[in-house]
Amino acid sequence: MASAREEILARIKAARVPPAAPVVRGYNRQGPSSVELFAERVADYRAIVHTVSGVPEFLTSLRGKRIVAPADVPAEWLVDGVTWLHEPLSIEELDQADGVLTGCAVAIADTGTIVLDGGEAQGRRALTLLPDYHLCVVRADQIAGSVPEALARLEPTRPLTFISGPSATSDIELNRVEGVHGPRTLEVLIVT
Amino acid sequence: MARNPVTWLGSPTFPKAAHKALADTQLRQNLRKATGTIRARRAAAVAEMTDWEMLRVAGEQIKDDVLARLDTLLVQLEESVTARGGVVHWARDAEEANRIVLDLCRAQNAAEVVKVKSMATAEIGLNEALEAGGVHAIETDLAELIVQLGDDRPSHILVPAIHRNRSEIREIFQRRMGVEVSDEPADLAEAARVYLREKFLTTKVAISGANFAVADTGSIVVLESEGNGRMCLTLPETLITVMGIEKLVPTWQDLEVFLQLLPRSSTAERMNPYTSVWTGVTPGDGPQQFHLVLIDNGRTQTLEDSIGRQALRCIRCSACLNVCPVYERTGGQSYGSVYPGPIGAILTPQLVGDMHDKQAASLPFASSLCGACFEVCPVRIDIPSVLTHLRAEVVEAKGRTAESVAMSAAAWIFASASRYEKAQKAGSLARFLAKDGKITSLPWPGSKWTSSRDVPAPPQESFRTWWRKNRG
Ligand code: SF4
Repeated sequence: MASAREEILARIKAARVPPAAPVVRGYNRQGPSSVELFAERVADYRAIVHTVSGVPEFLTSLRGKRIVAPADVPAEWLVDGVTWLHEPLSIEELDQADGVLTGCAVAIADTGTIVLDGGEAQGRRALTLLPDYHLCVVRADQIAGSVPEALARLEPTRPLTFISGPSATSDIELNRVEGVHGPRTLEVLIVT
Repeated sequence: MARNPVTWLGSPTFPKAAHKALADTQLRQNLRKATGTIRARRAAAVAEMTDWEMLRVAGEQIKDDVLARLDTLLVQLEESVTARGGVVHWARDAEEANRIVLDLCRAQNAAEVVKVKSMATAEIGLNEALEAGGVHAIETDLAELIVQLGDDRPSHILVPAIHRNRSEIREIFQRRMGVEVSDEPADLAEAARVYLREKFLTTKVAISGANFAVADTGSIVVLESEGNGRMCLTLPETLITVMGIEKLVPTWQDLEVFLQLLPRSSTAERMNPYTSVWTGVTPGDGPQQFHLVLIDNGRTQTLEDSIGRQALRCIRCSACLNVCPVYERTGGQSYGSVYPGPIGAILTPQLVGDMHDKQAASLPFASSLCGACFEVCPVRIDIPSVLTHLRAEVVEAKGRTAESVAMSAAAWIFASASRYEKAQKAGSLARFLAKDGKITSLPWPGSKWTSSRDVPAPPQESFRTWWRKNRG
């Protein structure tokens, strides 16, 4: 008896689907990478947004809290008065932290999205998932205008997380309610 | 061969089931409220895009290309996933897929697994198969959880508990979780968070579906809202993803089309809260064992039909359900399948592949052919044409009784027969109007009318306008 793989591939061949027309990409591939548009769209998801000129000045609001930070965040972000939690961290430790501070890989103005790729200042995926508060720093030059521009900047084989606002659900009467399993508060710092 | 669990065993035909559903005023009220909300929001989310039609065309073309090169692309996907440390399995039907997943769970000694909402696993009846094999699957998507705790069946492809309102959800949660909770959506969401937290943190095996798989990179994509997907895709040691063979896109770049089409069409958002992308196994981040199960389960036989195969372009956004006047009145469960509404009416019978199956053969008649589904479909599936095509196949298989089936399936869904006739004239007949304004021939069942009498010229008003004015 043929294997499932061989049989499925043979059935596909036997269906003799004719070649398709070439794909016409007539849609907009670029958009304005404006800080204002990005800030407005992030805020639409009921995330908290600030546009600042420096990160450390803002971080004083974290004083007294236990905040997770990937090992490679800029040293100046690790301000005094905050209990910084670094890897290795267990799932329980992450779950009990007050929040997490990260950078990002790319942001998308058109949709108000932040993309993490596990690269610099981001850490592994669990770090930004278990704490109930996520503070994400976005540099103005990381903002792409459109979804196509953002995807072109990303390395697809890295573990990617696209974040558009705090965790939410539309499952009760098809209305959006914020706050289910992911961080219930998302705060975005745009550094210009 | 075992029966395809895409339809529920013992389900009545659509007309019978819908008759019963129509008597349920609570159900109709819940559906009307929910679909009404989402219709308006989707329209706004789409109106914002100046290039929406071009995105739809590109979406259609990319998916047609996938169907044309499906064998090559699947082999390419297999190679890229394997190269990155994943293991690829192939399953001809539901039974084979379920056995593969059960064996994988057993190999991990897992008595419990967490699940992210997935149409593919619902289609193959995976939860029941696992349960029979001693593995309990916990649904983590809020709506799936409501269905699971309520011992209920899904009624919508995106929001399976759409037929439940907040006070019914509250009642289910209080009864099954043993907690006091109000009927505020925020409190209900909090109750689900607390209920599932421990499971996420301790369960070793997760099962997911996939929205897309990128052939050239091996990347799998899951879109979600709540973060339950991220939990399942990140915390467990083993991840098993079950995916229909048509869920491919050829290249990473192609995702730029679907990441724009899908969120706006399904939840009417610019972007859904979370989208996860992973490629095989990443050392030090997420599950260290990854299995991808590719299922056929009726897809290759659907591929053989030159008109019907376009149903395989579907990205499961649910926009066609939300605009469908028949769905709104009968609810999803009347379709007797995990795929209800317009997409269900064309996909389910093709996956079943047996026009002598009374229940499946009744589904292509669950429509007034008004065309609203085609208008909103992000990958431009011409659902009305596939419906008429499948109706003809049913007639061929079963003889002349089908016209009466057609009429009984749809006429009484509307308040009166005369309104239904008006809908037919305004909507479906107009689709076949010749350029000079004369109707020469109509596909079945209209052909019976054109051959026996003069067909009146359709009114200017389209069915959509008529429906907007007369709905309810
Ligand atoms: S048929 Fe089209 S509109 Fe309906 S669920 Fe599929 S993609 Fe969405």
